[in-house]
Amino acid sequence: MSILGTRVVRTEDPLFLTRGATYTDDLVDDRLTGALHVTFVRSQVAHGRLLSVDTSAAREAPGVVAVYTAEDCADLAPIPAGLPMVPPAMQRPWLAQGKVRFVGDIVAVVLTEERYQGEDAAELVSVDIDPLPAVVTTADAAAGEVLLFEDAGTNVMATFGEPAPADFFSGCEVVVEQRMVNQRVAPVPLETRAAAAAWGDDGRVTIWCTNQGAQQAKGEIAGWLGMDPARVHLITPDVGGGFGAKIGADPEYAFTAWLAQRAGRPVRWTENRSENLVGMLHGRGQDQTVRIGGRRDGTIEAYSIAVDQDGGAYPRVGIILPTLTMLMAAATYAFPKVHAHGRALATNTTSIGAYRGAGRPEATAAVERAIDLFAAEIGMDPAEVRRKNLVPSFSEPHTTPSGATYDSGEYTAALEKALEAAGYDELRAEQARRRERGEARQLGIGLSTYVEITGADTGLGSAESAELEVHADGTATVLTGTSPHGQGHATAWAMLASDQTGIPVEKITVLHGDTDRIPRGGGTMGSRSLQQGGAAVHQAAVELVALAKQRAAERLEVDAADLELDLAGAGLAVRGTPGAGVTLAELAADEPLLVQTRFEAAAPTFPFGAHVAVVEVDVESGKAELQRLVAVDDAGTIVNPLLAEGQRHGGYAQGVAQALLEEVLYDADGNPQTSTLADYPFVSATELPSFELVDMATPTPINPLGAKGIGEAGTIGSTPAVHNAVIDAVAHLGVRHIDMPTTPMKVWRAIQQAQQGGSNA
Amino acid sequence: MIPGAFEYVRPGTVEEAVAALVEHGDDAKLIAGGHSLLPLMKLRLAMPAVLVDISRIPDLSYVRVEGDEVAIGAGTRHFELEKDDVARAEVPILPYAASQVGDPQVRHRGTLGGTVAHSDPASDLPTALLALGGSVVVQGPGGRRSIPMTEFWLGFYETALAEDEVVVEVRVPRTGSAGWAYEKFTRRANDWPIVAVAAVEGRVALANMAGAVVRATATEEALARGASIAEAAGLADEGTSPSSDMHADPEYRRHLARLLTRRALEKASGAGAAAA
Repeated sequence: MSILGTRVVRTEDPLFLTRGATYTDDLVDDRLTGALHVTFVRSQVAHGRLLSVDTSAAREAPGVVAVYTAEDCADLAPIPAGLPMVPPAMQRPWLAQGKVRFVGDIVAVVLTEERYQGEDAAELVSVDIDPLPAVVTTADAAAGEVLLFEDAGTNVMATFGEPAPADFFSGCEVVVEQRMVNQRVAPVPLETRAAAAAWGDDGRVTIWCTNQGAQQAKGEIAGWLGMDPARVHLITPDVGGGFGAKIGADPEYAFTAWLAQRAGRPVRWTENRSENLVGMLHGRGQDQTVRIGGRRDGTIEAYSIAVDQDGGAYPRVGIILPTLTMLMAAATYAFPKVHAHGRALATNTTSIGAYRGAGRPEATAAVERAIDLFAAEIGMDPAEVRRKNLVPSFSEPHTTPSGATYDSGEYTAALEKALEAAGYDELRAEQARRRERGEARQLGIGLSTYVEITGADTGLGSAESAELEVHADGTATVLTGTSPHGQGHATAWAMLASDQTGIPVEKITVLHGDTDRIPRGGGTMGSRSLQQGGAAVHQAAVELVALAKQRAAERLEVDAADLELDLAGAGLAVRGTPGAGVTLAELAADEPLLVQTRFEAAAPTFPFGAHVAVVEVDVESGKAELQRLVAVDDAGTIVNPLLAEGQRHGGYAQGVAQALLEEVLYDADGNPQTSTLADYPFVSATELPSFELVDMATPTPINPLGAKGIGEAGTIGSTPAVHNAVIDAVAHLGVRHIDMPTTPMKVWRAIQQAQQGGSNA
Repeated sequence: MIPGAFEYVRPGTVEEAVAALVEHGDDAKLIAGGHSLLPLMKLRLAMPAVLVDISRIPDLSYVRVEGDEVAIGAGTRHFELEKDDVARAEVPILPYAASQVGDPQVRHRGTLGGTVAHSDPASDLPTALLALGGSVVVQGPGGRRSIPMTEFWLGFYETALAEDEVVVEVRVPRTGSAGWAYEKFTRRANDWPIVAVAAVEGRVALANMAGAVVRATATEEALARGASIAEAAGLADEGTSPSSDMHADPEYRRHLARLLTRRALEKASGAGAAAA
């Protein structure tokens, strides 16, 4: 029986849970002996003219080796705006020059012998800023009265498509429109950002940093610094979570290389939590306008979405999120007409990046709210409206009006499974009873169906490299271009190699994240790793066995066709001749037994599912509590159910948190209100029920494993289900819509307004 | 997230602690569990020059019956109070309120004296103590004195404690089987209350409805004259001055105060079997 599909316990956990992993801040390395500590001095003003930065007092402080401001790094070209559609003037100076554009913009950097000395010295840097009005919302940005980059002449960072034609909904009996907020959230990985850099005598720099793909980070850093990439050696140590915000590099990482060169000593930097909450990329941040139109019998005929993406102060990955939202606009539905357009806008806030789902959760949240709004408008059960409009089961590629080609889908089956597991009819009956009695604790039932894109080619290709080497002692090493940061690649990749070679999982070591050893790799993001990196490991193992067969045939002087794989013995046996054969280890003793390969995915895959959330809302206080989350997530063939469930659990937690709790807030002057974990309502286990997982597996033809991505599905499906459930709980009181997060005050106020006869939305 | 530089002294007795306070004046700050002070220091919102660590002074952790009162040592940690049999029998609202503080780490480090002296308006135990009444026993250079609970909390981080005094004990009336309730409203289990209401024997105290924990005097007076729970609870926010933050604006806080007071009074009147 194959090891694939079994619940192999994570091989990385004994270390993680006992001694602890080696994160960037934990590194003990000869090359970092005597490293100076980097402390960034950040703007406390969101928008203003930077009049002066006086570092004289800081330079005199104990332990200070150097203090740099913009004047000192004139040799560094600003970080370019990046994408071709962005006005070139929207570039980022390494240290703020002329202006500061968000609370967290770097104005100076302090190098000290000891870390604590850096915080003391940073307080002595005197920064004089003449405040300007802050652009805090996308509406402020669109108004264009205050510009972040005067030379650009606009706050628009990028535009995608045109508005829908005026007659797009003509002929529809019912058209519902809603503006909704997909709020800005903070990724909050347990490990904050950290980097270290040391130059060698060979003129190369070694950079250690926490990220989701060493090769991409290296390319970005070399590009920003104008260096030959061959002179950069980037190492990714163990990583404690990323959620998209650690894709590529951050300017701070690249800066450590420049600082180490300038100071002539290695340097290291680890940010604290407050710095992380303003300095690390945020996620989501879309203002959406949806319109949905159709017939009173529940048939939807047209759907449109307009996206205003908050880009933050400087353009990063976030500005392309609207394109993913637009691509997935049609979702699971057979809408005949779909229109989507969007733009990204500059605001005086932390830049937006990818966050678990990156553009797809925003698409699902919008359409799933739209379906519920339409259902409420025509007085039909939201499950029934979904049934009437889902794309029927398909096993041949299905192309949507928004341009995505789905590989396989069983959306109605997923919905029915979820409804059945939840006991939907009984839940509705219970809801009716509570409404009838006017109870304080009302029941809300929320649905979502979703389809998302995983393994998409985001410009780095959809290929992944793998190397497999068997050693003479019977162990094996896998080198992968993916970049685990909690997912369990060490376990799953070993399972894939073991499945083909028979080498036990515990004898297989999986290595990643060293650009000298693994020059090519796409990293871990977009739920790509298993379907591309895992498929590459599988392919490497298949190729290695083929190679071993050739060598064994020579060694045993038999026809290769007479050899068969002996999985139990991790070797090759001569068919029909018991005892005759050779192990892979013995072959490796003769000469290195090693395969390097590259798997090229023909296309992305489209996992799908359906979630049912049950919440109780205390209508007197407005507080919503999640009681149940029933989730069908179909990610094709599952290699390790334990790991897949872990991904689902984590995704639900973050998805539920967006619906109920989390939001990064700024005041009208652009001051962050949520820069500690006392203020940012990071979800904990206490706020979550035990999740009810329903299995469903429709294999994809796109890769030999049949696997689709599972890393982000949890957030994509759960957020709208919970959001819809909260509104459903108070719908009978006249509430039509409440923006996320559905805080007690917002829910209470929506009820008050609805009861007073006003519209709450 | 690294505190500024400070001196550290660790007195062995209350007298030595008082002496340290006398010596260093307002440069000094007492530390016991550190779960209120250390976060402020790490954010550099507090930068005391001298930390006087009283956490190892012996005999400050106890719960005992003394006549009509229960005396609780200032060094008693929240977790100890939560699990204490005497407290559970004699003043059950206190162990319950202790169980609602923060998370297990906070409850194992934080002390009763610390939370009393800190005077955060959004704190659980002071709210319950204010509803109970009684007194805070403090010790200074001139010896001990007793400050009535109703006169102790003056404002945000402001108490009747003098600069050179140490909270050594809290004394509350034994309430035994009398009805009580502590209604805490949060978004997450380990948060500070957005609003909380403690009710016991006709006394009602509110968390986070003013600069310090306060008594809902209009509600208490209404109850005393025989008003219904609904009517009395409707007055709970009278005389308060709730602040505005991301969780709640003043209007919503006032609503919560009235709602939670009604619920607390209903629970407290329910034959003594209360929230726990």
